[in-house]
Amino acid sequence: MTVDSQGAVDSASVDTPRGAASQTPPPASGPGEAVPPPRGRRRMPSGILPYLLIAPAVASMAVLLLYPLVKNLILSLQQLNRREMITRETVWIGVDNYTKLLSDPDFWNVVLRSLFFTAANVALIMGLGTLIGLLLNRLGKAMRLTLSLALMFAWAMPIVASVTIFRWLFDEQFGVVNWLMRTLGFAGYEQHNWFETGFSTLVIVTLLVVWGSVPFVALNMYAGLTTVGSELYEAAKMDGAGGWRTFWSVVFPNLKPFFLITTFLEIIWVFKAFAQVYAMNLGGPDRGSETLPVYAYIEGLGQQHYGLAAAISILTIVMLLAAMSFYFRLILKQEEEQ
Amino acid sequence: MSTPTSTPQSLRRRPPLRPAAILKNLTALALAAVFLFPVYWMFSSSLKPQHEILSKDPVFLFTPTFENYPTATGVDLFWTFVRNSLIVTLGAVLLALLVALAASFAIARMKFKGRKGMVLVVMMAQMAPWEVMVIAMYMIARDGAMLNSIPLLTAIYFVMVLPFTIWTLRGFIAAVPVELEEAAQIDGCTRGQAFRKVIFPLLAPGLMSTSLFGFITAWNEFAMVLVLNKDKEAHTLTLWLTQFQTAFGDDWGATMAASTLFALPVLIVFLFLQRRAVGGMTAGAVKG
Repeated sequence: MTVDSQGAVDSASVDTPRGAASQTPPPASGPGEAVPPPRGRRRMPSGILPYLLIAPAVASMAVLLLYPLVKNLILSLQQLNRREMITRETVWIGVDNYTKLLSDPDFWNVVLRSLFFTAANVALIMGLGTLIGLLLNRLGKAMRLTLSLALMFAWAMPIVASVTIFRWLFDEQFGVVNWLMRTLGFAGYEQHNWFETGFSTLVIVTLLVVWGSVPFVALNMYAGLTTVGSELYEAAKMDGAGGWRTFWSVVFPNLKPFFLITTFLEIIWVFKAFAQVYAMNLGGPDRGSETLPVYAYIEGLGQQHYGLAAAISILTIVMLLAAMSFYFRLILKQEEEQ
Repeated sequence: MSTPTSTPQSLRRRPPLRPAAILKNLTALALAAVFLFPVYWMFSSSLKPQHEILSKDPVFLFTPTFENYPTATGVDLFWTFVRNSLIVTLGAVLLALLVALAASFAIARMKFKGRKGMVLVVMMAQMAPWEVMVIAMYMIARDGAMLNSIPLLTAIYFVMVLPFTIWTLRGFIAAVPVELEEAAQIDGCTRGQAFRKVIFPLLAPGLMSTSLFGFITAWNEFAMVLVLNKDKEAHTLTLWLTQFQTAFGDDWGATMAASTLFALPVLIVFLFLQRRAVGGMTAGAVKG
């Protein structure tokens, strides 16, 4: 059930929802666009019409995506605090916001925290996701269905709802986790406050993010595994390879594009995660669980340092761009190979 | 389960359970329980009577009650939030479908200068870091006196879901054989008629699933509405849910009822879409 038999390797790059073939009368040609009809015949030269057709899309993205990005850059070059907001003055200060940030130990603290947070989350997500994907591939039908369905529920939960649930699970007084710890015989969980420090808050956020993101990796991993022919496993077994060896010499090379693309997707997603971190404990206690997006938000709308916040945003986007450039390169390479 | 006296055939179907197999199945069961538990706990807490919620040792067996739900929906302005959420999600999805249909048809079926560039733009726009752009968006809205505006929020959500919609529809349109369209044109259809009468009906399942993914994105959005719509009248359900618990002290039963009400439409849509969710979404930044 749940999972399409078609590959996650190719699906990672392309779009076409794979279930389409079963419902659309003209079948989606193989795995999505993998086998496009000859190009020359497919597209006819059409003068100005295509430009008219893409114009609304281009215009709306220019106004509501490109312009805010440019505006962000402009704001980061201004002094824009509470006073300037009221007087509506424009005070240009060049790169002062940036120099101020780069020499501020608090900023570097948040950067390091964000990097550690991202690294820990992505490592856990990829590791657990892969293991569960491998497990799914070796389960019987009924068990696989059960586990896939459970994963689906975790995946589908809206983030703000999951944050609320996790706050309840880890509630100081009546939370089920404190009860569980007591039942397992640990001392000191009478009224343990799981959100006592920034670090402990981020641990809970990590649990939430990993819980919500593992299903994506595991189910896609399983979908990808089904494309690795069983002959390959058997051949490896015949040659005497154990489980570990089989993974590294048969499974991994075959699914390498999938691993890389998913890893970079997760890096991007986790690094810019806002709702999970902010809604969990508003960046607190004492601003101790702020990651970069939350830091920018609180510096801006909380502390009313809008120019500085814009500069934080720009620096965050620059870091994201590094991860994205790898991601786009991988995707483009895949598109070409098809 | 299979005894030594079974026929060879049933032996093959059900090999005797070896320790490794037992371990494997137990692990799977434990994992399923771990992943399901928070969702289960939400449902069950939402049905618990107040005094069973506030007990040091959680109660697993109880007589379900619906008393928490009226508390959750009885919040001031609840129906305004529902209306706002519906307007922004439906508005964004419908706009995106309309605009994306035109754009993806051009990309999938026509030859023009800049086509490749357009594909690249759509791909990059899909990864746009909206959460990090809230400050600039706030200043733009403030300068244009558009804070607390539902139309602006709708427009932003529309652009949020647009790239994914174009990307997916492009695949669906490309999957319709061009011969069908040509045949219709030979039979005397204009190009527009060929699109309306031949391609469009075949796209229905694609339009359906694409718009449902768009619905999930817009329904769950948090950062933008938090920054832009401070007035209660302009809140959506995401803000209602995140501010519910603080407003109600520790009424966890009602908070879980609110979570359930918020999550239910998404869960239903998602399970309906699950075949497409795997694989098809890897390229889309629908949910992290």
